[in-house]
Amino acid sequence: MNKLETSKELVAANREQRKDQTFPQASQDEKDKIVRLFHPDYHAEGYRPIRIGPNKGERTVHEIADLLESKSPLFKEELSLKPAHSTDILIIGGGGAGAAAALAAKEAGADVMIATKLRFGDSNTVMAEGGMQVAAGKDDSPITHFKDTMKGGHFKNDPLLLKTLVEEGPSAAQWLLGLGISFDRDEEGNLKLKSGGGTSRPRLLTCKDYTGLELMRTLKDAVLNEGIRILEFSPAVELLSDGRGACTGAVLKNLDAHQWIVVQAKTVILATGGSGRLHIQGFPTSNHFGATADGLPLACRMGASLTMADTFQYHPTGVAFPEQMAGILVTEAIRGAGAQLVNRSGARFVYELETRDFVAASIIKECAEGRGVETPSGKKGVWLDFPMVNLKNGPDYLDHHFPNMIRQFSRFQMDVRKEPILIYPTLHYQNGGVKINVDGESEIKNLFVAGEASGGIHGRNRLMGNSLLDIIVYGRRAGKAASARAKMAEPGNLTLEHLDRFNQELEKASIHPGKTSPILFPDYVRKEEVTKKSA
Amino acid sequence: MKKEEMKEQTQNKNPMVQVEISGTQYQVPAGLTAVKAVWYTGQTLTRGIGCLGGVCGACSVIYRIRGHYELKYGLACQLVVEEGMSFSFAPHIPSSKATYHLEEIKDPKQELVKYYPEAALCRNCNTCTEACPQGIDVRGNVWRAVFGEFKQVRDETLNCVMCNLCIPVCIADIAPNLVFLYARRTFNYFYDKKTPNLTARLSEIQAGKYQSDWNAIGKWISSEQSEREGEVPSGFAGGGGDASPIDWTRRA
Repeated sequence: MNKLETSKELVAANREQRKDQTFPQASQDEKDKIVRLFHPDYHAEGYRPIRIGPNKGERTVHEIADLLESKSPLFKEELSLKPAHSTDILIIGGGGAGAAAALAAKEAGADVMIATKLRFGDSNTVMAEGGMQVAAGKDDSPITHFKDTMKGGHFKNDPLLLKTLVEEGPSAAQWLLGLGISFDRDEEGNLKLKSGGGTSRPRLLTCKDYTGLELMRTLKDAVLNEGIRILEFSPAVELLSDGRGACTGAVLKNLDAHQWIVVQAKTVILATGGSGRLHIQGFPTSNHFGATADGLPLACRMGASLTMADTFQYHPTGVAFPEQMAGILVTEAIRGAGAQLVNRSGARFVYELETRDFVAASIIKECAEGRGVETPSGKKGVWLDFPMVNLKNGPDYLDHHFPNMIRQFSRFQMDVRKEPILIYPTLHYQNGGVKINVDGESEIKNLFVAGEASGGIHGRNRLMGNSLLDIIVYGRRAGKAASARAKMAEPGNLTLEHLDRFNQELEKASIHPGKTSPILFPDYVRKEEVTKKSA
Repeated sequence: MKKEEMKEQTQNKNPMVQVEISGTQYQVPAGLTAVKAVWYTGQTLTRGIGCLGGVCGACSVIYRIRGHYELKYGLACQLVVEEGMSFSFAPHIPSSKATYHLEEIKDPKQELVKYYPEAALCRNCNTCTEACPQGIDVRGNVWRAVFGEFKQVRDETLNCVMCNLCIPVCIADIAPNLVFLYARRTFNYFYDKKTPNLTARLSEIQAGKYQSDWNAIGKWISSEQSEREGEVPSGFAGGGGDASPIDWTRRA
């Protein structure tokens, strides 16, 4: 029997024994120490100072800094800025934030257009498994939600952004129910509330482990019913300015025809999502194929500041084995339901419902210090003991609450009802992003940002379930505010004046980037000669 | 991971298998998913790729295994290639989604046939159920929808990823996934409205119940912050977080 199987037997052997075992929560000092030693956010070699732009001198990861210091894809184009489309609001990004913004803007009477890189709905939203935090419980309150989130975010959250988030949580849930979304309920019709890491009360609204999927397909259907214009396979590659510092539209790239599309808009909402596909510090990711931080270089070239663009969430439980699923997320709700984390000898090493940064750091520590399990391809991981969930809650619990997980692993002949899964932290979420105010507006006039591309709400570590809330609350706020602004504004001049300034800055700092940003997609294509036979 | 993933693909120790991608033969390592097999052959993917986690429905494929007569359906990011597999992407399937507004619907069960008249014409061939990569009882739920059993439809179709593979196989021209979407949304909207806990919280907020707590929160933040001095190393860019007192009326 190989080491992996031997270790798996150890985990099975002491499961019964571990069932009622309590594991102490770590002290704040201990958490700080372990996070600093093992969390990738504190890995100095992964970082460098940004040399130009609004965040000049601040440190971020190489992968983001490189994007911010790359040229625009339009740098040598002779481009006519005659618009192909004109609209009140251009929403860039077709995930949850973009869809929520579109619905709110349309409701407020604006003419809306959505441009998106892949299909409308292809996003990180659709992948969210865990749920959406809303303080709906009797013993809960927006204040408690606020405090939990502040603690999770290391007190770096913007208090006003956060207050608005938690206070509008219940009305966001109400709005979604009005769109006919399925949330799990109890016998009295109450929203069922689940626990997550760092939540002191059960606060997660769920649709089994399909919450993001249910949210996205419902929002998408609502947007389609509104007849909103959608340009798919048309990512933004540059924003447009009026020459006086306000945003007036964007240049998109038609991925089919390989042509630029100029869109004139009175206001622009960037809802471009996260950055997992940059594989920061070499980590696998749980993100969708298009998550390449496109919004960050676009906003920065216009002059908008980022905040906390140096901090990322490494979700503690990404799949380490089987290889085909590497990086895919195993929802935190599984730990909320009692699944334990154990090392190669079947011993627990962390209280499972600590905040994500500490749990991730603890797993990395366990593996770095030789107590992890090696996968056949030489990667490391620890066990997430799925069968414990049924042992604690009854034999059908996994089937009822985590059908998606069971299905996904069954495709690779693994039965999570019977065996633990090897996991390792996976790059999951961009905690920071473009700085916004409570209306979702960036420092650049008429440029709004919503969802994962924005920063400040979650501080330096997001709590589970707060991003689905974020995209709804701030997507809608941005949509409303952008709509109100558009009513007062005339279509502006379309210039690339900000690029001249940006290029001068590059020149002055003696930066000669060989690459352009946004990169739009990661490159996984094998470059070597392949064996090809004719049919 | 990028470089490592590449390394993993190129130094794959798995035996090679013969596959056919959109009609062209290739040798690729066994154990790859269909998406990774495409990358292995040197091709990029823009259509037919999405979440890479089996939930977005962007990567629908049609495939057949040499020597077998059945045409099968799957998701390319989840489908593992094997010897003799031939697959082609079906990234977009034309369908006509009905346009409706929930608040204008009076009787959702009666009106199903107004929006999707073909739903009642199912001829029980069951190919939709066989085509579903999510294992949904598609045919059964089309009938349930027609008979107005929307609750069951909702509960049994939650894992639909909208891959659209049930649409082209239907001999009665039904779009089952769109029927289910209609049934789920209307059921929740019309018949599952009551949420006492949420309603109570909304009225509390509206009545200003938490106002005094908010006024005190600046104090809480600064006392907690002083306890955590140095939690984030100074070399790293922090942001946000004005200390107390907080002016909740601040806009920018």
